[in-house]
Amino acid sequence: MEIALSFLIGLFFTVAIYLLLSRSLIRMLLGIAIIGNGVNLLIFTIGRVTREVPPIVPSGEYAPLETIANPLPQALILTAIVIGFSLFAFLLVLTYRAYQELDADNTDTMRVAEPEDSPRPPLSY
Amino acid sequence: MSDLPNHHALLLIALAPFVAALFAPWVNRFAKGISGWILATVPAAIFLVLTTFIGDIAEGQTKSFAISWVDGRYFHFPINLSFFVDGLSLLFALLISGIGTFIVTYSGGYLNGHRHQGRFFSFILMFMGSMLGLVLADNIITLFVFWELTSITSFLLIGFNHNKEASRRAAIQALVVTGGGGLLLLFGLLMIFAVSGHSELSTLLTDQNVLRDSPFYLMILLLVLGGAFTKSAQVPFHFWLPNAMEAPTPVSAYLHSATMVKAGVYLLARMSPVLNGTDQWNLILPIFGGITLMTGAIMALRQTDMKQMLAYTTLGSLGMLVMLLGLSEKVAILAAMLFLVAHSFYKGGLFMVVGAIDHESGTRDLTEVSGLRYKLPFTFIGAALAAISMAGFPVSLGYFAKEEIYLLFGPENIWSMVLVLVALVGNGLMMAAGLAIAIKPFFGEKLETPKSPHEAPLSMIWGPIILGVLGFAAGFYISDVGEIFFAPAATAVYAKLVETHLKLHFDPLLLGLSVGTWIVGGLAFYKLDAIRSFLRRVANVWRWGPDQGFDQFMFGLIRFADAVTRFFHHGRLEFYLILVFVCLAGALFAPLVMQDALPNLPAFPNLRFYEWAILAIAVIGLIAVILAKTRLVAIVSLGIQGFAVAIIFLLFGAPDLGFTQLMVETLSVVILALVMTRLHLDQRDSRVLEEAVRDGAIAIVCGFGFVALLLAVLSVELDTSLSEFFIETSVPIAHGRNIVNVILVDYRALDTLGEISVVMTAGIAILALIGIRVGGIKRGIGAAKKRAPKPRTPKKTIARSKGARA
Repeated sequence: MEIALSFLIGLFFTVAIYLLLSRSLIRMLLGIAIIGNGVNLLIFTIGRVTREVPPIVPSGEYAPLETIANPLPQALILTAIVIGFSLFAFLLVLTYRAYQELDADNTDTMRVAEPEDSPRPPLSY
Repeated sequence: MSDLPNHHALLLIALAPFVAALFAPWVNRFAKGISGWILATVPAAIFLVLTTFIGDIAEGQTKSFAISWVDGRYFHFPINLSFFVDGLSLLFALLISGIGTFIVTYSGGYLNGHRHQGRFFSFILMFMGSMLGLVLADNIITLFVFWELTSITSFLLIGFNHNKEASRRAAIQALVVTGGGGLLLLFGLLMIFAVSGHSELSTLLTDQNVLRDSPFYLMILLLVLGGAFTKSAQVPFHFWLPNAMEAPTPVSAYLHSATMVKAGVYLLARMSPVLNGTDQWNLILPIFGGITLMTGAIMALRQTDMKQMLAYTTLGSLGMLVMLLGLSEKVAILAAMLFLVAHSFYKGGLFMVVGAIDHESGTRDLTEVSGLRYKLPFTFIGAALAAISMAGFPVSLGYFAKEEIYLLFGPENIWSMVLVLVALVGNGLMMAAGLAIAIKPFFGEKLETPKSPHEAPLSMIWGPIILGVLGFAAGFYISDVGEIFFAPAATAVYAKLVETHLKLHFDPLLLGLSVGTWIVGGLAFYKLDAIRSFLRRVANVWRWGPDQGFDQFMFGLIRFADAVTRFFHHGRLEFYLILVFVCLAGALFAPLVMQDALPNLPAFPNLRFYEWAILAIAVIGLIAVILAKTRLVAIVSLGIQGFAVAIIFLLFGAPDLGFTQLMVETLSVVILALVMTRLHLDQRDSRVLEEAVRDGAIAIVCGFGFVALLLAVLSVELDTSLSEFFIETSVPIAHGRNIVNVILVDYRALDTLGEISVVMTAGIAILALIGIRVGGIKRGIGAAKKRAPKPRTPKKTIARSKGARA
């Protein structure tokens, strides 16, 4: 199963990077969302996957009776999902506001911070 | 021997000026007119404490103090805040604190009423502390730190008139030149440690041949010389010193005659016991010193600005000191010590005199002032005393310094004979410059000056007069002074006991050489105008020099930095990202290839049909995101891959993840759809085919990089000890059955708190982004649609669901 997931994760990254390299802010946003999923799956797979046994101790026991899924990656991913969503929401609003102010979603035309005709540094002291 | 109090006094000596610098601006604010006198008590007190060491030091003892910082037991290089005093340190420290006392009061008068006078006091006191720390330092890192501090404080002082471009240029120039030398010195000091194993100067100096016998000797020597020559302004690094005269005169008097420029000389003297006497040392130092001496002496006569004249004679004197130290002979070293002190006295005095003339008459051009002897009688006395010592007339200290130098004249050694003749001509020319400053402004017809001249205040004239008187007093009591001050200092440099036996005597040869000096000096003074116009004609023909070279260097550096910045910081986001992802691909593949760890192609995985199905759905979703013709389709496809991920989590024992993922994906899709359908954007990917191929290739290579990395990682055994700990202790210790939740809210509760803070911060940032309106001018559709959907509400749900899970 890990092998199959590995190739799927490769595809996640491929698609995400392809989207991130487009100059359109919206596509980059989609890329961010996908790369987040890719990273989560990556952590999940590295912790090895186990079928259908959640990491829960049955009632009345002090330890699980059978082999359970690795709980540590799950805890990390749970945090990552929430933070990833916060980032996504923030970027979404940032994009929206950038579009409102600059009337553009192409990064090539967003040159306020780094204008193309920025002046040469002065040759003096 | 009651050593203990002295030990702590050393720390106090180095730190007191810094503490005083903190309070200086307040002192200046509340005690306007007399703040100079109040603050001068600090160097005066340091001077008095130092005088209590004189007896012990003269007997050959040393004093030391150390606070261990980085212990040698745990770190290869022991770094301590450690100080020690021997004859050489004491001589320098006395000069620094003694002249410093006059300088601080002088600054009080010179900058009286200046709005940044408090700041100036702060700088100059910090400089004083740095300089004291430098000459008292024992640990070589301590030495280096104070060395750099003198560069930095002198930068602040030279650039004090920061609204003048010339000042800024001079300050940057001094910093670049001396700071560059400081870097060389750091390498040199580290190499000294690597070669000798000594981190303290006091032990290094007793291990005399450890560096000379090393194959790295020449490299160490050149690095140390790089530091010393830049600091002490030896040709070809001399150009910053005359430019530094842009600083207020107290700075010139203090840093650029008496103290900072002598730091290089101090370093050479300090290192003499372990570096001198070799062929390289005996060749390099006299040559550079001699050239600097002649350059300074000749260039001094070209100037009419009296400060510039003094600056160039200082250059000459520094050359003289380096030359003398380069002879590695007992007499030469003693001569160097005598000359050093004599020079500090008369040059410090002359600078203060010139500053007083400038301050009172409004000009310091030699051709514009004249006949001031009745108007500024005390200033005149100070100038005359200094000039007599500078000319080396008996029985001033300058006389004995000169005599000691001429003792080196002997037919048995051609090299030192040549150098003595160089010294003779240099002395003569510098004497002419000194005479010009002491005579021309005070005699002759009185000229109109920008300000009506009157005598300078006491705070400005007591320094030159006392220094001048001291120059003579030291001459009168030369044998005692020699034993108390100069013998211990020379002993420290020569590393063998030096006895002085200085007295007034009349050796016909020495007298002849002295008379020769006076004749050269007298003639040069008499013909000063002719010499100056000749030198100016030469200078007009030969314009290029290291000073212009410095501008070319700096501007070249700026242009280079601009070119580099424009190359890397071009403002095209996709190229930044291409660089990032190309580097990512390199980082993924390079270690695998280099360690030959590329995984083999794995066997075809054996999965259940619904597992294949869910993988296929994820793949379809991903492909559809890219191929989508409209944005809405792309967003929906994004949802498909997200739900597929959620189901993968569900299938493989992670129901918590599955639920959270499901919720997040739903929200993302809904919000995206709401926001994006309001924008009128291009539906299609704007990339042309070549760009799509390029980006696709990068993306595919990165994707395969991750696959290879994962396969490589999966082929290694997983260390599950941490997971097992959580599994075993979840119920017994944390009393929770859902192990993932126990980890989140118990073992890693602080992380979870951080996570919630991130969510909250993002919410606040989003609120702020929606709230602000830049510039007030609304353009495009943004103006019409002010009410944006706020993704704040869903965020709260997430935080709450998280809380519920916990």
